[in-house]
Amino acid sequence: MKPAPFAYAKPRTLKEAIALLGKHKDNAKLLAGGQSLIATLNMRLSAPTLLIDLNGLKGLDRIARKGAKVEIGALARHVDVERSDVIAQYAPLIARAMPHIGHPAIRNRGTFGGSIAFADPAAELPACLLALDGEIEITGPKGKRTVKAETFFKGLFETAIGPRDVLTAIRVPAAAKDNRYGFSELSRRHGDYAIVGLAASARTTSKGLADVRLAFFGVDATPLRARKAETALTGGTIDDKRLNAAVAALDLDPSDDVQATAAVKKHLAGVLLKRVARQLLETRT
Amino acid sequence: MSAHTMDISLTVNGEAVNERVEPRMTLVDFLRENLSLTGSHVGCEHGVCGACTVRVDGVVVRGCLMLAAQCEGAKVETIEGVSDNGEIADLQIAFEQRNALQCGFCTPAMLLTAQELLKAGGVPSRDEIREHISGNYCRCTGYHAIIDAMESVAQARAGGKK
Ligand SMILES: Cc1cc2nc3c(=O)[nH]c(=O)nc-3n(C[C@H](O)[C@H](O)[C@H](O)COP(=O)(O)OP(=O)(O)OC[C@H]3O[C@@H](n4cnc5c(N)ncnc54)[C@H](O)[C@@H]3O)c2cc1C
Ligand code: FES
Ligand code: FES
Repeated sequence: MKPAPFAYAKPRTLKEAIALLGKHKDNAKLLAGGQSLIATLNMRLSAPTLLIDLNGLKGLDRIARKGAKVEIGALARHVDVERSDVIAQYAPLIARAMPHIGHPAIRNRGTFGGSIAFADPAAELPACLLALDGEIEITGPKGKRTVKAETFFKGLFETAIGPRDVLTAIRVPAAAKDNRYGFSELSRRHGDYAIVGLAASARTTSKGLADVRLAFFGVDATPLRARKAETALTGGTIDDKRLNAAVAALDLDPSDDVQATAAVKKHLAGVLLKRVARQLLETRT
Repeated sequence: MSAHTMDISLTVNGEAVNERVEPRMTLVDFLRENLSLTGSHVGCEHGVCGACTVRVDGVVVRGCLMLAAQCEGAKVETIEGVSDNGEIADLQIAFEQRNALQCGFCTPAMLLTAQELLKAGGVPSRDEIREHISGNYCRCTGYHAIIDAMESVAQARAGGKK
């Protein structure tokens, strides 16, 4: 199908973009990579009267380490994040997730900020931000504010971004020596949205793992931490018995979807938990 | 100019193009309908099949997920362009020799996608090839022949450089 008619604006500044949002309210949509939005327009699942193309804004695509954090500009394209040395070195969890996002042609256009703003429940990056305790910078008519990933994802395709806001950057803590990461997902075809996936981070200490964060995706309306399983993996030596106990402690309640039944998803979540827990125990090079 | 048309200038296969378009027109529809470049195909129109693949500013994109309006000042290349200038002549011969196409619907997009990987140099593994073309559906060949063709061209190009 073809999209319903709309007007097109390509502002040169963030201020202009926010002013346009204010003027057109709910009838306007921001366009970043378009890899989700244009598909929904083509299917007429959405029919805005104005598209505000963010691709003319300068400086919103930077990827840089800033002190103890790594900052990714909202308009950084997936392909640039995937190839970034800064990301490889200081945000290895994100580096591991990138190749799973769609296909090369999708990654050539899709943006990091777009993925976070779209908040697909089966998407990799929202879960990575949750596992990393990352934060999202939002700019609105009153200026900038920062929201923790923990409170940013509010419901199915629903986030803390207001109707006059632009997501401008994402920040995650830069990886330190003792940080450990794990990532795995199961999908029908490489690059498809996951049936179930898991992004995880932890700290290794002389007494075993600490600060374990397990963020599952594809199991609920938003990425979800499995807190009981996190506790089950904290401290001490992790052997098969501990792993089985962690799987038994998985506090997830998935529903059936087009990809799999709830029972299958729950089983797969257990499989992923074991794989990812082993990754958390490996030394990082 | 009404709110629902706009003028764009870009280059397509090296030639300057100035056209008036509706903002809602996708790049692939623009190429097919305004410029009669029908080598880029339209399948699903929501990013899944890959049939609409074209090159914008040197990288492959989904022609159905980009608007013509977004191509102001861009350098667009289609299968017609890369066929005429010989860039993918070896790939085209290999596809034919190895039966890497049957109906041909997926082929223009498959060739552009293949070229993006092979252009990077070296001989990718079969797994890397599979991953790279994972976003391009082919309903005829079963993919093996396409991978054979890509692999043989990568080897030939690497050999030729020695
Ligand atoms: C075939 C296919 C397979 C895919 N597979 C995956 C996959 O496996 N995993 C995955 O994560 N994604 C996948 N995607 C989606 C892809 O990653 C998209 O790029 C991403 O979800 C949206 O990013 P975008 O930049 O394209 O945003 P757009 O499509 O431009 O926008 C998406 C939404 O976010 C809003 N938005 C965008 N940027 C901002 C901003 N800065 N501030 C406020 N709002 C904003 C838009 O208004 C819109 O509502 C796939 C897409 C396709 C077509
Ligand atoms: S027509 Fe564009 S991906 Fe199917
Ligand atoms: S040759 Fe028919 S779809 Fe690929």
